[in-house]
Amino acid sequence: MGKTIKQREGAVMIVGGGIAGIQAALDMTELGYYVYLVEKAPAVGGVMAQLDKTFPTNDCSI
Amino acid sequence: MITNADFLALEGNPGNFTAKLNIRPRYIDADLCTACGLCTQYCPKHHVDPYNEGLSITRPIHIDYAQAVPATYYIDPSSCMYIQHETCQICVPVCQSHAIDFSQKPETRELTIGAVILSPGFGKIAPETLEKYNYGKHPDVVTAFEFERMTNASGPFLGEIKCFSDGRHPKSIAFIQCVGSRDLGCDNGYCSSVCCMYAIKEALVTKEHDPEVDITIYYMDIRTQGKDFDAARERAEAIGVKFIRAKVADVTPWENHLKLTYSTFDGQHKFDSHDMVVLSVGLESPKDAKGIAKATDIELNKYDFCQTETFSPLQTSQEGIIVAGAFQGPKDIPESGTQSSGAATLASIILKNQRGKGTESKEYPEEITVSDDEDVRIGVFVCHCGINVSSVVDCPEVAKDAGKMDNVTYYTESLYACSQDAQEQIKQTIKDQKLNRVVIAACSPRTHEPLFQETLKDAGLNRNLFEMVNIRDHCSWVHANEPEAATDKSKDLVRMGVSKAARIQPLPEQTVPVIPKALILGGGIAGMTVALSLADQGFESVLVEKSSSIGGNLQNLKNTLAGETVASFLKNLTMKVTKSPKIDVVTDAALTQSSGFIGNFNSIIESGKEKKKEQSVDHGVIVIATGGHEHRPDLYQLGKSKKVVTQKELETKLAGRAKNRAPNSIVMIQCAGSRGEDLNYCSKVCCNHAMKNILKIKEINPESQIIVLYRDIRTYGFAEDAYLDARKKGVVFIPYEVDRKPVVSTQGTKVQVDFFDSIMQEDVSMTPDLVTLSVGLVPDGTEELSKMLKLPVTSNGFFLEAHVKLRPVEAAVDGIYLCGLAHAPKPIEETIVQAQAAAAKAAIPLVKGFVTVDPIVSSVEQDDCIGCGLCTSLCPYGAIIMEKVGKKRKAKTISASCKACGICASHCPTFAISMGGFTNEQLISQIEAFGNKTVEEKVEA
Repeated sequence: MGKTIKQREGAVMIVGGGIAGIQAALDMTELGYYVYLVEKAPAVGGVMAQLDKTFPTNDCSI
Repeated sequence: MITNADFLALEGNPGNFTAKLNIRPRYIDADLCTACGLCTQYCPKHHVDPYNEGLSITRPIHIDYAQAVPATYYIDPSSCMYIQHETCQICVPVCQSHAIDFSQKPETRELTIGAVILSPGFGKIAPETLEKYNYGKHPDVVTAFEFERMTNASGPFLGEIKCFSDGRHPKSIAFIQCVGSRDLGCDNGYCSSVCCMYAIKEALVTKEHDPEVDITIYYMDIRTQGKDFDAARERAEAIGVKFIRAKVADVTPWENHLKLTYSTFDGQHKFDSHDMVVLSVGLESPKDAKGIAKATDIELNKYDFCQTETFSPLQTSQEGIIVAGAFQGPKDIPESGTQSSGAATLASIILKNQRGKGTESKEYPEEITVSDDEDVRIGVFVCHCGINVSSVVDCPEVAKDAGKMDNVTYYTESLYACSQDAQEQIKQTIKDQKLNRVVIAACSPRTHEPLFQETLKDAGLNRNLFEMVNIRDHCSWVHANEPEAATDKSKDLVRMGVSKAARIQPLPEQTVPVIPKALILGGGIAGMTVALSLADQGFESVLVEKSSSIGGNLQNLKNTLAGETVASFLKNLTMKVTKSPKIDVVTDAALTQSSGFIGNFNSIIESGKEKKKEQSVDHGVIVIATGGHEHRPDLYQLGKSKKVVTQKELETKLAGRAKNRAPNSIVMIQCAGSRGEDLNYCSKVCCNHAMKNILKIKEINPESQIIVLYRDIRTYGFAEDAYLDARKKGVVFIPYEVDRKPVVSTQGTKVQVDFFDSIMQEDVSMTPDLVTLSVGLVPDGTEELSKMLKLPVTSNGFFLEAHVKLRPVEAAVDGIYLCGLAHAPKPIEETIVQAQAAAAKAAIPLVKGFVTVDPIVSSVEQDDCIGCGLCTSLCPYGAIIMEKVGKKRKAKTISASCKACGICASHCPTFAISMGGFTNEQLISQIEAFGNKTVEEKVEA
């Protein structure tokens, strides 16, 4: 009993909502496409959301 | 955004796939949950928190972190008492918004899509691999991921580093590199490419917390090959972080310390004790790699990462399915971000006929008119930033102080003003309190101003009726040890912000049309990839190449490290570019002049060998792909002896037919002229280039004796396999120290190499048949171009990106994009990805057809302008021009080019120029507010 949601033209599915998936999603929406960002965890962000500062500038990661 | 979901299956073809998902229940209605957190407070059951790497306890009903998106709590079914045992349900009546719903069931959903991007990330090294270091047995042996959470100010210990065994602060910490990567014990032969960087980062952060702590990093090679990464290692060394080149054999408890047994490269066994050991664990393939491969039918490599080719690094073995990030191979954040943008280009090409058909643009409520004569009603929000601000600054006091000021009709505090629930509250407050100015005292506007401005727009306010005060960086961070002074300063800054806010005015949003054409500088692999990527998305470009033929450095290469032939790929690519009706290739050409701004550039291109001709091109964007070339240092007899060649020359020689092309004895010297000599950086490609040539020599002449003198072998990622292969084939690798470099001299036709053999601990003198130097790469002509386009370059002459992680392929000037060797040295694969990423970013304004101009730009009151032209000569972005008004010369701002730096306004002798959002009146009122310490008490109503 699969539920198909409203069919959209020009849609892409991105599997994984870490930094790579989020960046791809942002770029795809800016390029004019509909994005389904599929993430297995309850929130997007991936490992980068666990980091405090990032190399080499020690910028805040969140 | 579909979270808590598993991707199960995929059917169909590119352009028309159907994906099947299983969405697991959250047991909380996302539409009702306000993320208030009451449920977590009441939930009686403990739950080990995976977000904190298991270092802390949360409750089954929780949210991972305050800024989580979506900001909806969830119940982890594995430990919830109701789901497991049908008891409890305390959370249900506690929730004020009745969001808890235990009747939720898993849901199958089908999606119809045209393309798929796989970015599942990476997995973690199995704990069994870590056991030999006593991980899991001794509490003071931790992984770097756990250590990361420990050092994190918002982590379980609020940034305090303690030994788990007895709670003492460690005085000595050891990092062990290459745990679970470059490790055949767990079949992970590859290098994880990120551990050296994070170890150095964590060492630097730890030293920041406690400068006295002694840190030692045990390593085989330090692989800080990224742009300006070596500088961070030097910084770490300068503040006393020790680097020891050694293999750690084991870690054993010794009194209340940990004893490390390690062997150095000269064969000695040593011991050292530390209080804490951090394992720099590598990145595995994602846990569900095999499942994804099965669902999509893509091929994996031998390490279960996604299989791709050098010339199509983001293309999986299935058409229409694209890969990005660590699943393609272990990589850092900037590389992942770049790959994602590149993946967007590939997906956009597949879907180009459906572009814009499935999307809806965001609707904002109509803007509330704020007129001059209206009463100013300011709302002040003071953010605690968790404890980032509030552990130092007395936030309630700061908010109360602001409440005393004129025009402030509302003030409050917020735990995380940037969290989704707080955003909703701000919007509601704006409406309820009829606010017409908003002041937020929180972190840096650099990162958060756009978010809050969006909140204002959502509430119907012009986004410029907003003032941000940075009480984190400017107060709680820099004055962490003086809480009272930090609170006073916060009050000063908020008072100044409020005073300015009273005088800010709404500024109109402007848009500028875009000419849908690109100018691409450089016809190498980067420039050609950009041109084709844009053409395949339907956009025209002019490709400017300085030499007589396109192809660039690829014309000199024979094979890739993975064994693909360069010539056939190049031929195919060149043909596609020259035949494309959307690409205008101009050879023997140079850019001589360029003016304009994003969307509207005009450039003059001069071309032709003897008879020069000029053409004028109008275009919307510029992509810089001007490339680089092999450096030729005046070192080690290069150019003086025929027996000393570069890796590139050796590659050409090996591809020839000469009988002695693979001589019997060769000495290779890595980093010749790099990392501190002529070139102050690592060129990232030389180690791989050396491996490629070594394996070719061994193929032709297996008896050849090869000695490689190196500082760090940087065969990161899967190239590590080639390094291993070379060693298996008997190639000898000997590290040298910077203060004991090898010496090359000539004796007649012979060439002699003298070096200190750090393994045998003795001086060696050799007369090999050939000496090969790994010489590094330098950029081509970036200096002139940087002046013409007013773009910053690094101290090493490479173009500087706008932001290393957030905008890795964009230049500081809008509408200009960077890729290839002009940005930094990098191998072919990364160049292609970066070019595809630049094509995605460049295509965004071309697709939209217009650009929005930030309203905080300069404007000239022409009545006050005396036409001196000082502003025009000083503007670094060419954004102020002189125009004739009647008989007089007057300055005029080109809004789309203006970066709002304020140089013009600060130099104008008649104060004719003002900056939107930073008028003289506003700034003077801010300064006056600083002096006016005692806030006049408002008359109580």
